[in-house]
Amino acid sequence: MKLQQWIQKQTPAITWGSAALIGLGYAAKFAGLAPFWFALPLAVASLIAVVPIALHAWSALAAKVISIELLVTIAVVGAFIIGEYNESAIVTFLFLFGNFLEQKTLAKTRASIKSLTAIAPTTAAVLQPDGTTVATDVDDVEIGDVVMVKTGAAMPVDGTVSGGSGYADEAAVTGESRAVRKQRGDAVYAGTILSDGALEVTATKVGDDTTFAKIVELVEDAQDTKSHAEKFIDRFAQYYTPAVLLIALVVFAVSHDFKLAITVLVLGCPGALVIGAPVSNVAGIGNGAKRGILVKGGTAMDAFARVDTFVFDKTGTLTKGETAVTAVHAYGATKATVMTTAAALEALSAHPLGRAVLDYAGTHQLDYQALAVADHQTVQGQGVTAQVAGHTACAGNEKLLAAHGVTLTPAQQADRDALQQSGSSLIFIAVDGQVQGLIGVADVVRPGVAAQLQQLRQAGAKHLVMLTGDNRVTAAAVARELGLDEVHAELMPEQKVTYVKQFQANGQHVAFVGDGINDSPSLATADIGIAMGSGTDVAIETGDVVLMQSSFAALTHAFRLAKKTVLNTRENVVIAIAVVAFLLLGLIAGFIYMASGMFVHEASILVVIFNAMRLINFGGRVK
Amino acid sequence: MNKKIIMQLDELTCPSCLTKIEGAVKNTPGVGTVKVLFNAGKVKAEFDDSQVSADTLSGVVAKLGYTVQQVKVKDL
Repeated sequence: MKLQQWIQKQTPAITWGSAALIGLGYAAKFAGLAPFWFALPLAVASLIAVVPIALHAWSALAAKVISIELLVTIAVVGAFIIGEYNESAIVTFLFLFGNFLEQKTLAKTRASIKSLTAIAPTTAAVLQPDGTTVATDVDDVEIGDVVMVKTGAAMPVDGTVSGGSGYADEAAVTGESRAVRKQRGDAVYAGTILSDGALEVTATKVGDDTTFAKIVELVEDAQDTKSHAEKFIDRFAQYYTPAVLLIALVVFAVSHDFKLAITVLVLGCPGALVIGAPVSNVAGIGNGAKRGILVKGGTAMDAFARVDTFVFDKTGTLTKGETAVTAVHAYGATKATVMTTAAALEALSAHPLGRAVLDYAGTHQLDYQALAVADHQTVQGQGVTAQVAGHTACAGNEKLLAAHGVTLTPAQQADRDALQQSGSSLIFIAVDGQVQGLIGVADVVRPGVAAQLQQLRQAGAKHLVMLTGDNRVTAAAVARELGLDEVHAELMPEQKVTYVKQFQANGQHVAFVGDGINDSPSLATADIGIAMGSGTDVAIETGDVVLMQSSFAALTHAFRLAKKTVLNTRENVVIAIAVVAFLLLGLIAGFIYMASGMFVHEASILVVIFNAMRLINFGGRVK
Repeated sequence: MNKKIIMQLDELTCPSCLTKIEGAVKNTPGVGTVKVLFNAGKVKAEFDDSQVSADTLSGVVAKLGYTVQQVKVKDL
């Protein structure tokens, strides 16, 4: 079958050759030469151009598939037999030329994935015991090998930095183009670019197991995971093509018009219909992939576009998932003094609220370690007490104050009430029997979320819900701040599932947005599970849509993209059906023949591809 | 089915190629599930290496007239 491959390779040459011959034939005609000089080049053109088409038809037939090529081959042979050389020549040329353009334009819609895979290096410089490096195929690098990465190169493996330092652009796995500092002990990901510095990386995952390889595989699979509409069209096309053959036979049997019968064969090609829906999805999924938005296929795209209710998990999704000091009130002391005392006390406790205080002390460079702390005691459920720099100090809740006989002034009570309203947890700092400070600690809402949720509404979200395991007061405060429609607090994971099911029973289309770690049941139950995680394996595997970066801007873009892609698919199906109807009418009215029919067909295929290509740059260009 | 083969082909353009390749690979003895990724131009198949070799499989695809650029075999 070397011959067949050789002929496939010559197809462009055959296409141009046949175009030249057709030109020659028509030139002879207009020059007024004998009809023979018109017919000869066209006959030759038909003969050479039909060869690659017929070969395709034959190999498909061998696999028991009646292909479009078969219809065209029969039509062309038929036209040739009845001496319609101009029709056969033009039909074969248009078919080949159309395929050629299709290939070029399809490549454009697939370019996003190609550009993804292109950045992955194929070899890694593996460090040898004698200090030299050996270029090794990335699939052959062993876990534990140390690879050298230079400035400007892409990481060949997932691993931990074991030497050197630098800045990495992690856009390939997070979709966010920003230099991240990397030094000893930091994790690096295959496919990310070392924009500055030099690193020694100890491989932890290699080859197809890296996060990047998984992303690429997922996107490749997604582009071929068909929507319901596509599956329907595929099934339809499977019966449609043989049906066209039958219809042509019937037409011939009834009308005895051979030319009409072979024209039906050409007009019946299901071109634009078969290519229209998949090409929209490929372009749409590609657009997302470039932004770190992975939509797992056409079905997910369809379901996402229909969503009207977004259900959010609170911790780690709407909020950062880590507590931070949000307010400091100082009474008769500076805030710095209050926080330094608090940090000195909390440094010896393991309470989660204490961590927030220590983080604050760290970022504000408070020198709490210089304070002498003695007699440190932890009072379960209340707080901590100690002698700090010679004073009796305590940090804890109101119960601790009561136990020490400390009372609050009206002003302090007002501050307490306000902080409680906002959903913060409180730490009182008392020194020598006087309240010196009041610290509010809360899980901080991600910056800009309120505005992004507003945009999500504009994009078509009707109902925004928050489900959380956290307490009611905190939940209500976050919901107020973000302007959510509904909030349910103090829930167990399985209760979240119940709420999701309830919404679905009401006829709502639900998207569940979570971090993909502890809400997998809800992600699976919702019509669309959206995993928001910074490129973790769990996030990639759970969820129908994966947002590599935990950003609400990405969520809004993904939602708009899904709607746009589904609309694009519909447009393409409408175009395809309209073309078939137009051709049928044209045939009946008698102004469409084989060559013009083929032209309309090929043109419509290009129209649907171009239409889909608009999706590639939807929402602005990404570099 | 103890191995998985991944073949990278040239660009695929006709959806009917899909059915053709899938059918031909599937009908080879010793082959389990077959998946042809149209857009990525990849053929993924599970096979039993005691019955059929990776070379035979890439030969099957080549015989249909497609160039196999790269073959990867993994243990399942």
